[in-house]
Amino acid sequence: MKIAVAVKQVGAFDDAPDLMPDAALVPSTSLRRTVNEWDLFALEAALELRDEHGAEVVAITVGDEEADEALRTCLAKGADRGVRVWADQMEPDPLTVARLLAEVLRGESPDLIFCGAQSSDAMHASTGTALAGLLDLSRVAVIKRLCYDVEANAVQADRELESGLVERVSVAAPALLTLQTGGNQPRHANLRAIKQAERQPLEVLGLGDIGLQADDLERAAGAHVRRLAPPDRSGRAEMIEGGPDEVAQKILEIVSSRLAP
Amino acid sequence: MNPILVIAETRRGELREVTAGSIAAGNELKQASGERLIVAVVASDPDRFAPELRYEGIDEIVTVPTAYEHFEPHVAEAALESLIGELRPSVVILSHGADSLGYAAAVAARGGHGFGSDVTRVAWDGGPIVWREVYGGKLEAKLDFLGKETTIVLVRIGAFPPAAATDDTGAVRELATDLPAPRTEHLGFVEPKTDGVDITTADFLLSIGRGVGEQANVAWLEHLAERLGATISASRPVIDAGWIERSRGVGQSGKTVTPSIYLALGISGAGQHLAGIRGAGTIIAVNTDPTAPIFSIADYGVVADLFAVAAALERLTVEAPCEA
Repeated sequence: MKIAVAVKQVGAFDDAPDLMPDAALVPSTSLRRTVNEWDLFALEAALELRDEHGAEVVAITVGDEEADEALRTCLAKGADRGVRVWADQMEPDPLTVARLLAEVLRGESPDLIFCGAQSSDAMHASTGTALAGLLDLSRVAVIKRLCYDVEANAVQADRELESGLVERVSVAAPALLTLQTGGNQPRHANLRAIKQAERQPLEVLGLGDIGLQADDLERAAGAHVRRLAPPDRSGRAEMIEGGPDEVAQKILEIVSSRLAP
Repeated sequence: MNPILVIAETRRGELREVTAGSIAAGNELKQASGERLIVAVVASDPDRFAPELRYEGIDEIVTVPTAYEHFEPHVAEAALESLIGELRPSVVILSHGADSLGYAAAVAARGGHGFGSDVTRVAWDGGPIVWREVYGGKLEAKLDFLGKETTIVLVRIGAFPPAAATDDTGAVRELATDLPAPRTEHLGFVEPKTDGVDITTADFLLSIGRGVGEQANVAWLEHLAERLGATISASRPVIDAGWIERSRGVGQSGKTVTPSIYLALGISGAGQHLAGIRGAGTIIAVNTDPTAPIFSIADYGVVADLFAVAAALERLTVEAPCEA
């Protein structure tokens, strides 16, 4: 069995973003980079399945050289291979990313593909489902837990619906699943594995390697970002100033005035 | 003529409330574009929902019968492809919820359509324009879809106030189409556990988020809640970590709450969390990050370390010693 896990090296702001007016891209230097939290749960689900049933686990990412770090994290935790694909000047758009992943995965033919249900930076929650569409794969989105039935070669998955409701479904492989956080406990890599992962070669692919041209990506894009700016916070909260005691006093006053006696 | 198409959503035989929000977003685009607004229902018995779709602005209801009782992403995907082929809408609107997330992006990718998800605002300038939050709400992106005949938009649940009700329903017609067999099998629903506490009826919630840092800090805050006469609740990261039982989780995947007071300690305010607290009376948020999105919905905000504020609250609520 082969399981592919799509991962993303995401960016986060530690401080308020400092952008040029009318910026449409975030300067990558202002971001702290980490592996997307959701993807770590997806990877763990793949590794647990591998530990129990045996499988090759391939981590795949779309990103520039900085994204190698995400693949090395996956290798250190136990993935067998790391593959990165990248095209200069591509829109960071879920349909474009899905198109690149689709061409890589056509060559891999995995039995199962796991994706994080969303990324913490772009927050589209759509790349996995777009990928399933492009590969015409059966899929279950936003799942919390899964178990694999060897005889049926099928996955039973708990879909997380709104308001705490869960739908249990079954889907036959090949299939794609997008995973929510909290369904397992992502493992930590030990120091030796981290060092080994640093030396392990990664497979790096460009557009030509997967039979695509720049025009294909332009057509694949679902949207164009025209502007990025801090959201309008007018009508935002009345800020309470002062030291902890003053603030606490004011909070207690608000509480007692709002609660029925 | 390229209408605005809204997909009505049903679950367990009922029209879902999120549909009224999607129709509201559709109405904004209808008014700005001058196009018609069509609402489609894809279900095993879609006609029964038509009389319930009494919202202002609906010009026509299109029903698509399926042979399958429950939502199924591959059936829904084929139905949406048929609807787009038949109606050639300029915009398709669905909610950014668990069902839509299983197929809308697949339709967009296969069809080469425009696509934007978790959308909080819409406008029209020769075509749709949408706004959505990125980087945990620290930035807002403005998107356009130039060159796309059809754009699929998933609107954040709760971002658009429900469309106004009316006595009339639009004209109803059926779109008969061959739909594929389901590719997933429904095995059943699992109801949320309640564990004896119902945070949806609490009048005062003290809610804790990722800012609590570690499990060791939770007991103290539970004790503070008790002292303040509040019920403790939590945002998703705290629930996922298992520090507080799942029945106390607030947000789109947890509970929607309506307390008089919602005191949020260390909660940044992800969109899915804010969806669960829009009905709260007074929201007070304490967070170290002045740009946290929770401050955009809170009535009162405090930029401070939650532990310093919690310690002060604890000191102030210690019973005063008897005066000698």
